[in-house]
Amino acid sequence: MYKRGIVQVWSLEQPDWHCKIDEGSAGLVASCWSPDGRHILNTTEFHLRITVWSLCTKSVSYIKYPKACQQGIAFTKDGHYMALAERRDCKDFISLFVCSDWQLLRHFDTETQDLAGIEWAPNGCVLAVWDTCLEYKILLYSLDGRLLSTYRAYEWSLGIKSIAWSPSSQFLAIGSYDEKVRILNHVTWKKITEFEHPPIIANPKIIVYKEVEKSATVETQKLSFPPTRELASSLFSIPSKYDISQVPMSLQYIKPVADRANPRIGIGTLAFSPDNCFLATKNDNTPNAIWIWDIQKLKLFVVLEQLCTVNSFQWDPRQPRLAICTGNSKVYLWSPAGCVSVQVPMEGDFQVLSLCWHSGGDTMALLSKDNFCLCYLEREEVK
Amino acid sequence: MGDWKTITVPAPSSVLDSKNTSQYTSEKKMSPSSLNMQQVLRLPLPSSKSTHSFFSAFCTEENVEQSISYLNRELTTLGFPSLYAESKGKELNLISILNCMNELLVLQRKNLRAQEDVEMQHLKLGSDMDHLQNCYAKLKEQLEASKREIVGLQERDRQLQCKNRNLHQLLKNEKDEVQKLQNIIASRATQYNHDMKRKEREYNKLKERLHQLVMNKKDKKIAMEVLNYVGRVDGKRGGWRTDKTEARNEEEMYKALLRDYEQCQKQLLVENAELRKVLQQMKKEIISLLPPQKQKPRERSEDGIGPVLSDLEDDVGELNKENMWELSCETVREQLTNSIRNQWRMLKNHVEKLDNQVSRVHSGALTDKDVISREDHELETEKLELEIQHCKEMIKTQQQLLQQQLMSPCDDDTTVLLQDCYLLEERERLQEEWKLFREQKKNFEKERRSFTEAAIRLGLERQAFEEDRGTWLKQQFLSMTCDSKYLENVKTQSATSGSSDQDNHLMNTRSQQKKPRSLSSVPTSAELCQTIQHTPYSSPCAISNKTTEESKPNQWEEIYREETE
Repeated sequence: MYKRGIVQVWSLEQPDWHCKIDEGSAGLVASCWSPDGRHILNTTEFHLRITVWSLCTKSVSYIKYPKACQQGIAFTKDGHYMALAERRDCKDFISLFVCSDWQLLRHFDTETQDLAGIEWAPNGCVLAVWDTCLEYKILLYSLDGRLLSTYRAYEWSLGIKSIAWSPSSQFLAIGSYDEKVRILNHVTWKKITEFEHPPIIANPKIIVYKEVEKSATVETQKLSFPPTRELASSLFSIPSKYDISQVPMSLQYIKPVADRANPRIGIGTLAFSPDNCFLATKNDNTPNAIWIWDIQKLKLFVVLEQLCTVNSFQWDPRQPRLAICTGNSKVYLWSPAGCVSVQVPMEGDFQVLSLCWHSGGDTMALLSKDNFCLCYLEREEVK
Repeated sequence: MGDWKTITVPAPSSVLDSKNTSQYTSEKKMSPSSLNMQQVLRLPLPSSKSTHSFFSAFCTEENVEQSISYLNRELTTLGFPSLYAESKGKELNLISILNCMNELLVLQRKNLRAQEDVEMQHLKLGSDMDHLQNCYAKLKEQLEASKREIVGLQERDRQLQCKNRNLHQLLKNEKDEVQKLQNIIASRATQYNHDMKRKEREYNKLKERLHQLVMNKKDKKIAMEVLNYVGRVDGKRGGWRTDKTEARNEEEMYKALLRDYEQCQKQLLVENAELRKVLQQMKKEIISLLPPQKQKPRERSEDGIGPVLSDLEDDVGELNKENMWELSCETVREQLTNSIRNQWRMLKNHVEKLDNQVSRVHSGALTDKDVISREDHELETEKLELEIQHCKEMIKTQQQLLQQQLMSPCDDDTTVLLQDCYLLEERERLQEEWKLFREQKKNFEKERRSFTEAAIRLGLERQAFEEDRGTWLKQQFLSMTCDSKYLENVKTQSATSGSSDQDNHLMNTRSQQKKPRSLSSVPTSAELCQTIQHTPYSSPCAISNKTTEESKPNQWEEIYREETE
């Protein structure tokens, strides 16, 4: 509860257990768990400091000068280390902490103008640090604070929008405002390829799935009063299915407003599949489309075109299955075998704003503004 | 001629006559040609009547004699004989008159003909003239037209050049503008950075202030209510943070890093091994392709590449036998790549030789004869083409063999393409590596030579050093067992005997050792040797003391002389 500055914690296993943390006048801007699940890191208002509350010892630690940026805290996958971006005297620094006892392991400065985000590689040995979107610069630091490499693709134009590490740490995909994704390899940290996202797809080898609305036929015989849940939901929303479009085809392209900051262009979201075979990207110029690239061949594989703007997508942590939500009451799944559009069976209007897979892989949580719904996937069927 | 014309002209009727005469008299002023024309027109016209009247006009019954005399006068002036008879009487010479008439008629006819000719020519000339005038007019028109066209084209050219210049100017302007804008962007960027920094400093100050306020407040509101303490993830109790733990954390971090690097290295090793296998296969392929070349390298070995190649062949044998590709030491790697490089070079030379042979055959045919017949030339070219095709086929089969070796059983287009690309890439990489290794080989040979020299020197030094050490140890031993006086005695006695041996020993040691610092130890070592040798003989040598004293300075002199040399 950010406005009140209170964090409430409950236990899933012990329903009686309860914890409440009150930041008081310090205010609360962000809050996150530590990987061991025993500490809560709260970022106070104006990013004055980060308070580390320990659930084991009820102790408090403070970290000063955290950086107010998009992704200032990053935990390694194994949860041993935490990297925190700081800023003092107009210079960016990175502090590496050991999560077990919050000891400051390393503190070094970065050669960035204005650090925008940090992210650990899944192997926990390399930290990617990228600069503000006014400058295309990504720096790679090793676990002990040495600068391994710097990569700059071009100058002057808007730079990096998002990055993603491949699960094997072999590749680093960088999405930028020029609608391209550049992939660096972990041996030389040099670009091995770049993926373009043109609005017209011409290559006949690419499969394009287009979501189309099924004509809604309401069978008058089945109408009953009061209307059943399924009927109600089907009246509110029109079912849809996927069709394979003919190539060449053009995607819905939105021209960005030129004189505003943070334009909706460029590659906004990137995600690698857990088996390292696919990369899903979303170009904000064509916000209805998701591009899926085959990493083994370094080519475009599939394009999914939705009817509405894609809100978020996430890969199943166990297999190459992509779940997509576009703000309507459907959830879409894609896998190399095909794709399917699933209606969320809720009464009323359930707008799926975001989704989150369970680490086991067969369950996902669909979140709307006030509610959420759990979706279980059973083998081939979807409930 | 004018008179003659006026007379002959008159027309048949009296009216006509008068008209004609008036016409003709007035026509005296006209051009001869027109007169002639009119005469021609008019002359055949007169009928018998007109002739009659015509004649009567000139000569009537009254002026016969006058007319005769007039005619006579005229004829004589024209060159005709006189009409009169010889006597100056009035008797007319009929014959001469007839002759004159005939002559006049002939003359008349001739004149007519000439007139006709002239008129024909005149007509022709007139038509030619017309034709030429027409041509001239046409050409003039054409000239005008082409002049106009030229002017038009020049105008267009000028306009285009103008346009070109304008466009160039525009381009230059645009470029200048772009440059200017870039400069503006750069300056604005610095300005913004500066402003940002300023604002950030201000913001930091505010933050500090706020932080102080927040900390100072010490409000009890900041609190955490927990029902009970949650156990740690690993179940243990928390520990104090000490230096030990810090060190342990550092250690853990480095361990993680090392683990990652090791994994990376393993992957690279695996890749390396695969590439090595590929190289081996390629080498085998190349060897199999070069059966006729085995003799040639042996010939060339005599030129001087001999030892290297023979070494290589031995090593090749070793490599093939021992599965050396699993080793990753540098020498093995070098040997492998060197051998492949050499074999590839042989293959290349073979192909070059073929080319040279082809060209030599071609040029050889030319030098033998000054002029080759066309058929011979064609035959030669056919032969050469066949040879070239044969070579091409050979190369194709080689390529196919290589591809087959490397192809996986997958049927996908892309993997085949990828592998082709890999082959090409590998080949290129190999070529680059070969260049490097050539240079390295040269360097290594140089170094090897210097090292052998140094080794020789080292060996000699070691010998001398060993001797020194031995003598020094003996000296040590002696110093422990004997007292100093005895040692002196022994020294003097021993110095006497065996001078020649001493000298030889000295010379030998001197010649072996080049460094000056060991020279100083020579006499002492020599003396020590002799002391050890001659200690049992110390007593009988008392007599030779004097001689030694004399010989000793000699020895020393020799030594010093040698030193000065």
